[in-house]
Amino acid sequence: MLTFLNHFINGISLGSIYAIIALGYTMVYGIAKMLNFAHGDVIMVGAYVCFFAVSAFNLPPVLGLLAAIVLCTLLGIIIERLAYKPLRQATSLAVLITAIGVSYFLQNAAQLLWTSNPKIFPDFFGGIAIKMFDGQLIITLGTLVTIAACIIIMIALTVFTGQTKMGKAMRACSEDKGAAQLMGINVNATISTTFAIGSALAAVAGVLLCSAYPSLVPTTGSMPGIKAFTAAVFGGIGSIPGALLGGILLGVIEIFAGAYISTQLSNAIVFLVLIIVLLVKPTGLLGKQIREKV
Amino acid sequence: MKKFAKVIALLTVLMLALTCFVGCGKEEATALKIGITGPLTGGAAIYGNAVKNAAEIAVEEVNALGKIQFELKVEDDAHDAEKAVNAYNTLKDWDMQIFMGSVTSTPGTATSKEANNDGIFYLTPSASSTDVLGGVANAITGTVDIARKDNVFQMCFMDPNQGAASANYISSQKLGTKIAVIYKNDDNYSTGIYNSFKAEADKLKLDIVSTTTFTEDTKTDFSVQVADAKAKGADLVFLPMYYESAALILKEAKDTNFAPKFFGVDGMDGILSLEGFDKSLAEDVMLLTPFNADAEDATTKAFVAKYKEKFGEIPNQFAADAYDCVYAIFAALKEGDALKNEDGSYNYGVSAEDLCKMLVEAFTAEDFTYTGLTGENMTWGKDGAVTKTPKGMVIKNGVYVGM
Amino acid sequence: MKKFLTNKSTFSNYMTYAGVVIAFIILTIMGEAGGLSSTMKGQLVPVCAYVVMALSLNLTVGVMGELSLGHAGFMSVGAFSGAVVASALQQAIPSDGIRLVIAMVVGAILAGLVGIVIGVPVLRLRGDYLAIVTLAFGEIIKSIVTNLYIGIDAKGLHFSFLNPLEGLEAGGRMIMNGPMGIPGNTKISTFTAGFILIIITLMIIFNLVNSRSGRAIMALRDNRIAAESVGINATKYKMMGFVTSAALAGAAGTLFGMSQNAIIASKFDFNTSILVLVFVVLGGLGRMWGSIIAAAALTILPELLREFSEYRMLIYAIVLILVMLITNNPGLKNLFGKLIPRRKGAAENE
Repeated sequence: MLTFLNHFINGISLGSIYAIIALGYTMVYGIAKMLNFAHGDVIMVGAYVCFFAVSAFNLPPVLGLLAAIVLCTLLGIIIERLAYKPLRQATSLAVLITAIGVSYFLQNAAQLLWTSNPKIFPDFFGGIAIKMFDGQLIITLGTLVTIAACIIIMIALTVFTGQTKMGKAMRACSEDKGAAQLMGINVNATISTTFAIGSALAAVAGVLLCSAYPSLVPTTGSMPGIKAFTAAVFGGIGSIPGALLGGILLGVIEIFAGAYISTQLSNAIVFLVLIIVLLVKPTGLLGKQIREKV
Repeated sequence: MKKFAKVIALLTVLMLALTCFVGCGKEEATALKIGITGPLTGGAAIYGNAVKNAAEIAVEEVNALGKIQFELKVEDDAHDAEKAVNAYNTLKDWDMQIFMGSVTSTPGTATSKEANNDGIFYLTPSASSTDVLGGVANAITGTVDIARKDNVFQMCFMDPNQGAASANYISSQKLGTKIAVIYKNDDNYSTGIYNSFKAEADKLKLDIVSTTTFTEDTKTDFSVQVADAKAKGADLVFLPMYYESAALILKEAKDTNFAPKFFGVDGMDGILSLEGFDKSLAEDVMLLTPFNADAEDATTKAFVAKYKEKFGEIPNQFAADAYDCVYAIFAALKEGDALKNEDGSYNYGVSAEDLCKMLVEAFTAEDFTYTGLTGENMTWGKDGAVTKTPKGMVIKNGVYVGM
Repeated sequence: MKKFLTNKSTFSNYMTYAGVVIAFIILTIMGEAGGLSSTMKGQLVPVCAYVVMALSLNLTVGVMGELSLGHAGFMSVGAFSGAVVASALQQAIPSDGIRLVIAMVVGAILAGLVGIVIGVPVLRLRGDYLAIVTLAFGEIIKSIVTNLYIGIDAKGLHFSFLNPLEGLEAGGRMIMNGPMGIPGNTKISTFTAGFILIIITLMIIFNLVNSRSGRAIMALRDNRIAAESVGINATKYKMMGFVTSAALAGAAGTLFGMSQNAIIASKFDFNTSILVLVFVVLGGLGRMWGSIIAAAALTILPELLREFSEYRMLIYAIVLILVMLITNNPGLKNLFGKLIPRRKGAAENE
């Protein structure tokens, strides 16, 4: 039972990392309707910025996180302006390929700038953990912070998109760009803002990802990025609570598959579960059913 | 649309034409051309760049001696067999005479076959799989799956030797009774060592209580693997893998209050120079490694100092192997005397095939030994594998200490 | 040719054939005359394989309008099954050519079968959900192949999953060794075989597209509801397109696998799927000659950029982004004339 609980906690801690990345994915997808494959690489940049802020400039972790958020937001805006904005009228596939190009670019630029030698990310939480049952059951502070961050971000995003003027403009854009424009919404500015927010979230995700799994290399973001994308689809892409649910479930399934079936096949099992879920619920767990019109 | 097509078509033709003429102009050779392919970009770039850097240092040093001159070219293969063969072909177009192999195993398996067909001498610093050499019996089935490629040699230990040596060491020193193994099951190096470790451990009646794996896609979270080892009561965990993953496992073990003995292989070397790594995590970790960047001998000290100065990093075992490769070739050529013309100049125009025969003979000669960073009095057999003694090391207070 | 076929598309199809034939003749003559560098020669067969991959994916993405992110999975099935067949038949059939054909047929059939298994669930989904499920299948195929062990001895083939194979008779050998893949492959693919496969692929795709079924498939792409309302069986026609695409990718996989000394499962991962998708989008959805040129150019490009050493892949990324911007931005597009035909691809109507 204790082992089971331990696996469960490990699953949630892995899942909360996926969830926090998936929130950024789903935010951008929900509004801009594009799969931003470069999201994982913005995460990596965020982690590097924080790493250098803390280790080279001796800043406290909070300032490191802030530096990462500011720089990633800037980076997100620049990428959006240069690479995605000119393609506003193009097919979403064209944007997808451009995003892949951006992803290659960021990875290779990171390698040239920071070399491919892994950096071990500092442990901000000092190994503090809650121990129960004679240390048989361990919940680290990092896990708790990540989960808290997930929930706060989820609530903040829900309130933001639901209540504020900008958020409403975003939802309008996601429903119908043309109509939104007619209603006097600046669609371009709205989408740019979405990217800025998505990139800021990526910075937070990067710092938390690397605090939990401290090996930092230029390709750090790519696999978690794909997993988080899967998680976002799992929960129903575009749905903010769905991203959280999808991320957590994906993490728990991955850990349980490894623990109780086979570590060799854990990845395959995660994807198998995803397929089965999508067959039963074709728009993900919390996804909206879109009625097709002729 | 038509215009764009024309532009692209024109570009393609131009590109084709360009590649055809690149390398056509022949000049008088002034140095022996050595080629390497390795991952300079992508997830495995750290290994390729280490080899590139160290080989550059070694070539510079050899050239400064004023004897035979080497010219080095390193091409990127992104740790991919297909790209490695492309890179090898590029080197061939450059008229490479000696091939210092591919840095990693799967690309190495592909390029060694090409070099074998072309008759170009092949000495790899670090592609340790048996498939690179060929002619080695499979640890599990006992069958020989690939024929020996007779001009291919390794500077590093062959994977099975490491696995078997580790099992022997653990058994003879009675380091552990319940052993857990974590290995990377989509990786040639890690699986190769694990298979031979398992085969040898079964013979020695070592009790392996937990075997778990990870892959390139799941190399971040090790909670399941560590929890399994802990639950089965393992007192020694064998980690046949590279140090970046090992560092995460050590952290996970500490976080979950699991403190068995950890035993690594040569891929573990480098863990102490990881930027930002908490060295106390690696306290008491044991490893079998041929190279130790903290060693006190003059050669190692000079090499480490030079590497640090040039590249700002501490060299790992890949770098040391590459450095040794250049010097071993230099030694096998009798410091260039083997290629000396009567007038005292060097025969740089020698064909790769002739050079290959010469070097194979030199390397397999009974009396040929080489002493370098990664071992003393190394010798090579007809099977292409190196014979050198791994040093048992244990990490104490953040430095290696001999066991 | 049927009447309602515009002359333009028939013309374009014939020009595509002609282009491929001319390129083949020129390259063969250059190869014989020694005008090709080793780098170029080494790339001829892989380029053919990528061209067929791009063509087959164009059938799914361009003609059917479904985004697939797991096309490399079919390539993997074809590469490994083909290589195992070719290796097992080494003694029985000494002729390389015949063995290659048998391997390709087996590779195509197996990939087609996998295509059926995957198609049934996948084609019920739409848009990005379909894309993610193809991605998932690609990853599952990779995991399975990574854990598959196949050996051969006097008694025949032996299989093992997850655990290494034990107990082969003396004189036997391992063909496929789990994560090590097939390390001792014998190259039997030739440029001529690659050329023939491209021509066959083009014939299959053009015939399908210009047939009644092809028009049904395109009608489903342009407006599924309208197409179904006139009695087009969506599942049947989508399956037809999808399985054809999978089988062709399997044949391309065999061609590719048999042009390599060593193949491993992780070669055919998500990144390879994406690479092929890039060929298709860059070449133009539904435009076959575009796929051919894009696949050839983008496969050769990284090799040509070797001059730039460590900046190579950075430049590749910049070229990719710039080409996408130039071909898709209305302002820049006008500079280069009308580039992408105003086809209503699936990507537009999510």
